[in-house]
Amino acid sequence: MALLDKYHPGDFFDEMFAAEGEVRPHYATLHERFQQLDREEFEQRRQAVDAAFLRQGITFTVYSDEQGTERIFPFDLVPRIIPNAEWTKIEAGLVQRLRALNLFLKDIYFDQRIIKEKVVPVEDIISAKHYRPEMRHVEVPRDIYIHICGSDMVRDREGTYFVLEDNGRCPSGVSYLLENRVAMKRAFPNLFGSVGVRPVAHYTQDLLTVLQYIAPPNGRNSPTVVLLTPGIYNSAYFEHSFLARQMGIQIVEGQDLVVRDKKVYMRTTKGLEQVDTIYRRLDDDFLDPLVFRKDSILGVPGLVEAYRAGNVSLANAIGTGVADDKVIYKYVPDMIRFYLSEEPILANVPTYLASNPKECEYIVTHLDKLVVKSANESGGYGMLVGPASTHSQRADFKAKILENPRNFIAQPTLNLSRHPSYCDGKFEGRHVDLRPYILYGEKISIIPGGLTRVALRKGSLVVNSSQGGGSKDTWVLYGDS
Amino acid sequence: MLSRVADSLYWMSRYAERAENIARILDVNLQLMLDLPKLGPAEQKTLWEPVLRSTGDHVDFFEYHKEASSDNVIEFLTLNPKNPNSILNCLTASRENARHVREQISLEMWEEINRIYLWIKSQTLKKIVRQGPYEFFSQVKNASHLFQGITDGTMTHGEDWDFIQVGKYLERADMTTRILDANDEIFVSKPAVTQTAGTLHWSAILRSCSSHDSYRKFYVAQVEPDKVVEFLILNEFFPRSIRFCAQSLNDALRRISGCKEEHFTNLAEKLAGRLVSELNYSALEDIKTVGMHTYMDDLQIKLNGIGEAIFQAYLFSPPLPLPESEPKPEPAPGKAQGQSQKQGKATAAA
Repeated sequence: MALLDKYHPGDFFDEMFAAEGEVRPHYATLHERFQQLDREEFEQRRQAVDAAFLRQGITFTVYSDEQGTERIFPFDLVPRIIPNAEWTKIEAGLVQRLRALNLFLKDIYFDQRIIKEKVVPVEDIISAKHYRPEMRHVEVPRDIYIHICGSDMVRDREGTYFVLEDNGRCPSGVSYLLENRVAMKRAFPNLFGSVGVRPVAHYTQDLLTVLQYIAPPNGRNSPTVVLLTPGIYNSAYFEHSFLARQMGIQIVEGQDLVVRDKKVYMRTTKGLEQVDTIYRRLDDDFLDPLVFRKDSILGVPGLVEAYRAGNVSLANAIGTGVADDKVIYKYVPDMIRFYLSEEPILANVPTYLASNPKECEYIVTHLDKLVVKSANESGGYGMLVGPASTHSQRADFKAKILENPRNFIAQPTLNLSRHPSYCDGKFEGRHVDLRPYILYGEKISIIPGGLTRVALRKGSLVVNSSQGGGSKDTWVLYGDS
Repeated sequence: MLSRVADSLYWMSRYAERAENIARILDVNLQLMLDLPKLGPAEQKTLWEPVLRSTGDHVDFFEYHKEASSDNVIEFLTLNPKNPNSILNCLTASRENARHVREQISLEMWEEINRIYLWIKSQTLKKIVRQGPYEFFSQVKNASHLFQGITDGTMTHGEDWDFIQVGKYLERADMTTRILDANDEIFVSKPAVTQTAGTLHWSAILRSCSSHDSYRKFYVAQVEPDKVVEFLILNEFFPRSIRFCAQSLNDALRRISGCKEEHFTNLAEKLAGRLVSELNYSALEDIKTVGMHTYMDDLQIKLNGIGEAIFQAYLFSPPLPLPESEPKPEPAPGKAQGQSQKQGKATAAA
């Protein structure tokens, strides 16, 4: 019996099957090839891939474990496929969105037209945890705030794409996308040619180009770009070191940098060397103990001063988190209309704000049907999935919401699309999302596809790696089948 | 190159070399015991104590154990998680430093150090005993040789590679002095030491430094204590003699700064150059005149001095004063003054 014979798509939008036994055209070649594999062959390839990840140390650190155990990020060998026409629309929608978000950031840190014209209420901006008044009237290089964006997208029961959130601070995961592709090419080398998959490997080159593009003019030949990491114990350290290696730039910790006369230098064996662009993988809060959190030992004293003087560029800019706030998210379609005079290409998920008394009333009386999120958490923390919650969890959230309404939003529970995934020796449908990575430099570019995350626990809707999620390689086709 | 990166490369290299040396010393001592008549606890103790002194662990060890026996010394120096000098901890520290500078070293180097780390994490004492300790030690030694070979073959021989050489040769020279110092009593002829037992011991010391065959080739003679000392300290071409290590260390330091021979630009170069000259113009008689123990102590003080000077010259950046107009932040993070990572050894001279 072939591998996918007994697969049931169930009552969901299944990425591979339109109905039981009916394969979508863009999956036809893949399906045919998978059907020729037997279980043992498939299992062998899976084990070889896992062993390679471990050998290469492509791992993340489990915080709760005292031994500092490193785990591999579970990787599912069945790739997710997106036909070209579908991708073209996603791409246009994400570009539109990022342009609007960027104009929004420029606006609220300068003229605040969007507030004056009452499109976004001033309270919602000022109360956003990551709004940085320190950035008012500070020019950023080339007026770009979000250089690297990782938006999360999902599909509903009908297969419509929605943007779930825009990660405009320090989105992570792109290294897994790149390593997943390498692993798939090793495991199934012959598939790529016959299916026609667009490459992704140029991402790090594009990223470096962006980082060089935004460097302040310094009169020297080529700008010095570094990656600032919180350090080896950060769960994304593998990614930081991976990106630095791929770009051929230095990876630095706060202690390696020093500010003199509003210029940033790194301490080298040959003395101090000036730095032009910092790709920082550190939240605003930790960047500079003189301006933000005083207890931060990860940052660089004086960095913000140097940044405001225009002597060093940061990617992403300081203060982008306000656009990342889940309350502000609700207004993104309005921003697109306001700044671009266009209709949004990609839809938002309907969002209720607890800070609005009417909507709050609706939220607390429909907790069993909604997904409640805190406005500024990430990683799947601080979240209530209504239909899967217990009575006491709902009571707990109700109290929290009423206590601090600004901090909560709610959305209808989406019936997320599923994808065949290999679980415990057989193929079953598991919920997936998609995180494309968008770069904003001289122009906006997106590497084809993104990171497909999969909730490997049966029935789970949470795809985060900290909550039992895994990932898949994502293929954007040259054609449509 | 970042000072922090240089620091990590240096310690990555030192710890890998240390793991190899400890494996070799243990291996040789175990084999030596096979050649001797059945030993009681007292004899076992006399054979294992020099080993513990060589690795600098005799004080720590006796805090945990009353007697030194094959079983507990091996446990202490291989997989004991509390002993900073156990092979497990050396390899873990080496790999941790490599992880810090993963983007600086070659992919092949990273995969090898990561492989040996995953391997040693999977070892248990039971496994070591079952497969025979010889197999375990040879895995450790081979991994170190492979790592050093991969380093030479896949990494650009620039400043970063030179810091790896500095770490390697400093650690190696240090270990050779310790091995000689720990065994100094057997170089003093005692009537009780029979010729056969003496030869066994001296041969064991040579093998601890991987130098038995080279010695034979060089002297074409019996193993004699004087020649062993001369070979391990003063031989110009043997890669584990102290003179060779000092010379290589000095060369690497000069490549880093670009300073030519007979000159110096920092204390590390001055001390290393001086040590090389001293060894170049020494003979066995000079060592015998001062006495082995004193001579070795003196060498160790000099090697430690070079290590400290390297740290001050390249690896450590003193915190700069902050601009006065800004509010005073929390105490600056970073390393305390002095060598950044604990050497993990009691200095014999201390």
